[in-house]
Amino acid sequence: MANDAAPPRADATDVRATCGASSAHGPVTLIEPRRGWHMLDWRELWAYRELLWVLTARDVKVRYKQTALGAAWAIIRPVLTMVIFSVVFGQLAKMPSDGYPYPVFVYAALLPWTFFAAAVSASGQSLVGSANLVSKVYFPRLIIPLSSIGAGLVDLAIATIVLLAMMAWYGVGFTWNLLAAPLLLAGVVFAALGVGTLLSALTVAYRDFTHLTPFLVQIWMYVTPVIYPVSLVPEQWRWLLYLNPMAGLIEAFRSAFLGKPFDLGGIGLSFAVALVIFALGVAYFERVERRFADII
Amino acid sequence: MPHPAVSVQGLWKEYRIGGQRAVGETFYDVLSGAIRRPFRRRAADDGDVAIAQTGADTTDRFWALRDVSFDIAPGEVVGIIGRNGAGKSTLLKILSRITAPTKGRVEVRGRLASLLEVGTGFHPELSGRENIYLNGAILGMTRRDIARKFDEIVAFAEVEKFIDTPVKRYSSGMYVRLAFAVAAHLDADVLVVDEVLAVGDTAFQDKCLGKMGDLSAGGRTVLFVSHNHGALARLCQRGIVLSHGSHLFSGSITDALHAYARHVRSEGAAAGAVISGPLAGEVRFTRITVNRREAALTEAISPSSAIEIAVDSECAGSLEEFRITLCLRRLGETVLGMHDAEAPATHPGGRWQSRFRIPALTLAPGDYSVDAYAYSNRLGQWTRAEGIGEFSIAVEWFPNYEPTHAMGVFNLPVAGRRVALTGDV
Repeated sequence: MANDAAPPRADATDVRATCGASSAHGPVTLIEPRRGWHMLDWRELWAYRELLWVLTARDVKVRYKQTALGAAWAIIRPVLTMVIFSVVFGQLAKMPSDGYPYPVFVYAALLPWTFFAAAVSASGQSLVGSANLVSKVYFPRLIIPLSSIGAGLVDLAIATIVLLAMMAWYGVGFTWNLLAAPLLLAGVVFAALGVGTLLSALTVAYRDFTHLTPFLVQIWMYVTPVIYPVSLVPEQWRWLLYLNPMAGLIEAFRSAFLGKPFDLGGIGLSFAVALVIFALGVAYFERVERRFADII
Repeated sequence: MPHPAVSVQGLWKEYRIGGQRAVGETFYDVLSGAIRRPFRRRAADDGDVAIAQTGADTTDRFWALRDVSFDIAPGEVVGIIGRNGAGKSTLLKILSRITAPTKGRVEVRGRLASLLEVGTGFHPELSGRENIYLNGAILGMTRRDIARKFDEIVAFAEVEKFIDTPVKRYSSGMYVRLAFAVAAHLDADVLVVDEVLAVGDTAFQDKCLGKMGDLSAGGRTVLFVSHNHGALARLCQRGIVLSHGSHLFSGSITDALHAYARHVRSEGAAAGAVISGPLAGEVRFTRITVNRREAALTEAISPSSAIEIAVDSECAGSLEEFRITLCLRRLGETVLGMHDAEAPATHPGGRWQSRFRIPALTLAPGDYSVDAYAYSNRLGQWTRAEGIGEFSIAVEWFPNYEPTHAMGVFNLPVAGRRVALTGDV
């Protein structure tokens, strides 16, 4: 096969400085075939940080353009979901909620979950949705799934105001545990980016994932303690539950906002799995990145 | 000898046929393939499932580039010429790092910016101002660069009044002007441009060409793909001709354009003229002769003989307000249109011959191709046979006839004289 003749394991589209006095010509960009696994080029990604910011800002600006209710949608959707869940699972099904009022119990979990679900769906579709960019301009492709979760973060921030109001109304939470929230959010972002980049790369090659992803997200919610408490799961099986990174993180969010004690072992396991998923997602993405433009 | 700005060394690029997606591209195929052949090692080295699926079978692949090599000196403006599918766009995509080559390598000295499309990433809901920043960032400009050039960009695009209006409310002309304006202000050592000048009205196209000229005059290295051979001839010093992915010719732009024209003719483009238009079934051009010979001429015509072009046509029924027009193209640009009737008139149908005569010593030397048009004004319908004939005018000297390219296309009986100015004006 012709590929065999290609230079062995070329070091990517590698940018290095010219040596010697010919600096007037600037850096030399080397364009060569590349294949196989290789490290993410952090320096290049950093060089394109402005593009990441601009694309994120575009998504945020455009999100509620020409809607009558505007950013209110960021509140309406989770609040309505919370009301429905409270009626169906809290009132009718009498789902236990570790002694907390069910509305605030479920809303504290719905916030990170809604963000995660939206981020996974958005970044999964992001590459295919940006086919014109991918086939016409060069930049690190990772920017596309990365930028697609920004708008969700803004929604999350808005919806958090409602949670704080509910905590005040029900008189729960407001403990030092709240300080853990940013770190937990980072864990959710890593998990979402890992799954999202993986799905975005797979969707380019196999459009089946366009149909599979919503289904996957739906199932994922049921294996995550969003509408039910972790305490419902027998103790000896909890480790299995926590292999789902969202399980530990969501339970930890509840601890942070409701002032429950943290289950450090579970959180640690989930956080570690989130990081592993992130690393795998990015590694796979980088591996197949070079053929996006040819098959998208 | 300075280092070349761009050095392309033995470049190959392979694609799979079928919309560049081969069999085995749905997830199901991959899964079922893995189940059916569990022990067959996937071509994992390439990370490429399609190759694993098709195995060693090479029939459904093709080489878009085959061993292309050339160097471009700093400051050179080079036109890449070739028919559709010759590999021009693939070459630009590799240079822009949008896609990776299959074999070979490219060295680019300095910052390369590419412009394969105007308005990439424009968002209709955002204002002109926001889109300038968005598009600029996508093309690789920093915020500071854009801020510095903002006024210049807006002025060039002539959209000052609408800069805070969402671009979805722009006319298509304004949209394209704004998009090109951002791109035209890219700062780069090497600029790669694909066919983006075919936008906007003629006045704006001229402005774009002028801007491109400025860029190249500013010492920038430019690689330029266009089907507008007039623009290529104006802007470029050098031309590279690609054919079926291979490097066919490299030399001065004029030589390259003529080499290309000869190449197209040798491939029998004349025989396979491009027929289009709603009247195509109604009116057929059956034969064309130039100076009574079938018009795939190999030897050039002396400028001293008149050019007589005859086009036979067949028309199924009668057509109202009808006439046939021939256009001559030189280096891709239409230079002359000729009608077979002074005004469109009723045409009874049947077989006819339209005859045209261009006087001797009128056309400058070079290669010309002939397009035939049939119009019915009443129906508002037309058909066009592009490139149905071709001929060349030889380089010969005659009194009152200037054969050099620089003197334009026509040698017309223009009255010119010089009078002495004496006394007070």
